[in-house]
Amino acid sequence: MTAERSAQRTVRLMAIGTSAGLFSGLFGVGGGSVIVPLLVLWLSYGEREATATSLAAIVFIAGFAATVQGLYGNVDVGYAALIGVPAVGGVLLGTWLAQRLRTRSIALLFALVLMASAVELVLR
Amino acid sequence: MTIALIAIGVAAGVLAGLLGVGGGVLFVPGLVIVVGLGQHQAEATSLLAIIPVAIVGTWRQDRYGNVRRRDALLLGLLSVVGAAAGVALANALSGRVLRDAFAALMVGIAAQLVRKTLREQAPGAIAEKPASGRG
Repeated sequence: MTAERSAQRTVRLMAIGTSAGLFSGLFGVGGGSVIVPLLVLWLSYGEREATATSLAAIVFIAGFAATVQGLYGNVDVGYAALIGVPAVGGVLLGTWLAQRLRTRSIALLFALVLMASAVELVLR
Repeated sequence: MTIALIAIGVAAGVLAGLLGVGGGVLFVPGLVIVVGLGQHQAEATSLLAIIPVAIVGTWRQDRYGNVRRRDALLLGLLSVVGAAAGVALANALSGRVLRDAFAALMVGIAAQLVRKTLREQAPGAIAEKPASGRG
């Protein structure tokens, strides 16, 4: 890779990282929705590598954002454990299932659930 | 409430592993609706909960050789300024505004998921799908 291409690559990674950080800090999510499409679009990643690399980056990104939120006194460790530890089990189950299930209807159903929850959230 | 939280945690994890849509997008409304946390606290708590899920997901994906480690590290390190700014911005907004913005995010992610699903080829046996890359 030429030096110029390498520099361009780093600049793009910086843009993606900063945007994802902003997203993560602002919304309390991992930032994958920003990272994955941009890795595919700007750095010619395959979908699989993009998602996997995004996950790894999220460890750091959510870590930083959680720390800063902790400084504001907003983090509840108890609830985080109560929801996070079962989620780890869920992820292992989910990836196992992904090998065996057709996810099309599940994805569409989940999208519906998300929209319903959004409405519920706003009505609170 | 405890059972509801655990159930939401499991569901969020399963969906993340199954669909590649992150847990955070379910953690936050779960904490607000079930526990009654404020939007700021829910988001902050969600961030902490995401960490172990992302670690385990990454570990699994790494075994399949899908993780580009150097890029992931760069992304993480280069996110610091954005993350600090994002948190500061979140805390500058009222809970109401932040909550409405988050609801809009959920709809956006739902739309993104639908587009992606409808674009995909006819489903058959699915090769190893990465977990929780989004959200």
